[in-house]
Amino acid sequence: MLWLTSSMALLAVMLLLALMLLLGWLATGGGGSAGQAAEAGDQWASIFFMLQNGPAPYNDEGIFAAIVGTVTVTLLMTIIVSPLGVIVAIYLHVYARNTWYTELIRIGIHNLAGVPSIIYGVFGLGFFVYVIGAQIDQWFFSAALPRATLGTPGLLWAAVTLVLLTLPTVIVATEEGLARLPPSLREGSLALGATRFEMTFGVLVPAAMSSMVTGIVLAIARAAGEVAPLMLVGAVKYAPALPLSSDLPFIQVEQKFMHLGFLLYDLTLHAPSGDGRIALIASIALVLVFVVMSLTTFAAVLRGRFRMQYAQEALF
Amino acid sequence: MSESGDVKRDAFIEASRVSRGSQRRAPELDVQGVSLSYPANSNALQDVSLTIPADCVTAVIGPSGCGKSTLLRCFNRMNDTIDGCHYTGSILLDGMDVLSGKTDVTELRRRVGMVFQRPNPFPKSVYDNVAYGPRLGGIRSRRQLDEIVENALRAAALWDEVKDRLDAMAATLSLGQQQRLVIARAIAVEPEVLLLDEPASSLDPISTLRIEELIYELKTDYTIIIVTHNMQQAGRVSDFTAFMNAGKLVEFNTTDRIFTNPVERATEDYITGRVG
Repeated sequence: MLWLTSSMALLAVMLLLALMLLLGWLATGGGGSAGQAAEAGDQWASIFFMLQNGPAPYNDEGIFAAIVGTVTVTLLMTIIVSPLGVIVAIYLHVYARNTWYTELIRIGIHNLAGVPSIIYGVFGLGFFVYVIGAQIDQWFFSAALPRATLGTPGLLWAAVTLVLLTLPTVIVATEEGLARLPPSLREGSLALGATRFEMTFGVLVPAAMSSMVTGIVLAIARAAGEVAPLMLVGAVKYAPALPLSSDLPFIQVEQKFMHLGFLLYDLTLHAPSGDGRIALIASIALVLVFVVMSLTTFAAVLRGRFRMQYAQEALF
Repeated sequence: MSESGDVKRDAFIEASRVSRGSQRRAPELDVQGVSLSYPANSNALQDVSLTIPADCVTAVIGPSGCGKSTLLRCFNRMNDTIDGCHYTGSILLDGMDVLSGKTDVTELRRRVGMVFQRPNPFPKSVYDNVAYGPRLGGIRSRRQLDEIVENALRAAALWDEVKDRLDAMAATLSLGQQQRLVIARAIAVEPEVLLLDEPASSLDPISTLRIEELIYELKTDYTIIIVTHNMQQAGRVSDFTAFMNAGKLVEFNTTDRIFTNPVERATEDYITGRVG
């Protein structure tokens, strides 16, 4: 595993270096006139909040909204997928008997991990937005109809679609973590008069915590970089307001949101070519990579702490 | 066993109990016609009947696969964790039928503790390992737990070695210490019966000796059943010995008798090393 992690790290560093070089080259006016260079440098300084010289409509808002949108949708996804995936894995591994039926479910979950992400987007739009969302509107937000509240793409459905997308990752990682624990741990706990519940949450879950967090890290890494499904279920080119609010619950799950990946796609294909466009695209790419890396690093640090806490020698 | 044999045996048990100054009377286990089948082995146990005497060490010996571990795992229903395991017969513990479907298994396992072949400490601190059982029993007070943990570790002859590092991970202890830790963990719930499944088979000779001394001390308060491959060990630590072969109980008697003058030819062959 060491060679794998180190080569992945090397790859990430190389990618970052390449992006930085491109950005630096553009910022110092490579391939352009001196005037362009000054403009590009200006953009570099103000990239997070204001892009005065960028193409409309980004010149007002900058990419701050897109950073917030990316982080929000990923965190919301994480909050939902972590308990759900862990509980499903625990059920499958500890509670369900091994029959052809559970085996079928297991095969299904493994296969779900290989479904192209755009298909999740289509499913999310067709099922979550048009079926569930529309029904919720009928029940709870009928006053606002015909203006849809949850019956339209938005932050919640984007997060839930990402949950579907990443659920297999979390389940498989957790289940493998549980399966790696020696059976003697289960027996030892049961022999002391623990119920299955006490055994699971008192011994197995703490012991498998680092595998669970690994699964969640992988889920975040996959979800944060995903664009295709989000285009269908809530990410937009331009959102007038952030999906956050100062009142409880601090998050507006029915709002549409901006997303770095989508912004990148949109700018690359649809923005009018103008001064500094390539610099802008490269900068956003860099920021996206940074956001994904910070999210996964945060989760990885968390995992490291659990690993220390439950460090075991090569006893089993 | 004949009528006069029973009387003799009872006198023997009483004498050994009194000589050790046993404070309490642990229950005996009355095994009646227990048969057990796995999907892999339909005759894992066949009509096994014997009475495990209280406050004594009973060793179960026999060749690999003879069902001795399976029998041991009947006493605390550990076999329940195996899919497709079926059993009949009864085991009486203080009049309670261990094998009955109505028995509360978690309650039973608090009365009948078990130590496994390889040390299996939880990936927790030394303290938390020993406190695990009492905490399950609902004890939350730190002072009470401190006392239980200390007593259990003292009883397992481990206190002096770990008293300064109770917060260290259990896995940092040596294998022999881990096995004594696991025994302390079992003792901490104050069971009446202690099942030991080849408790020293993964340990070095010195650690083995310590475990054997420990067993000798513990039998004052517990009915102990030990499964072992090691004949010398059975001879050293046990008062009674049961010899099993191919899922059947061949012979059960005092250890002296089994080792010096067995009734069955098969027992003699096994003990003298001709079989197994």
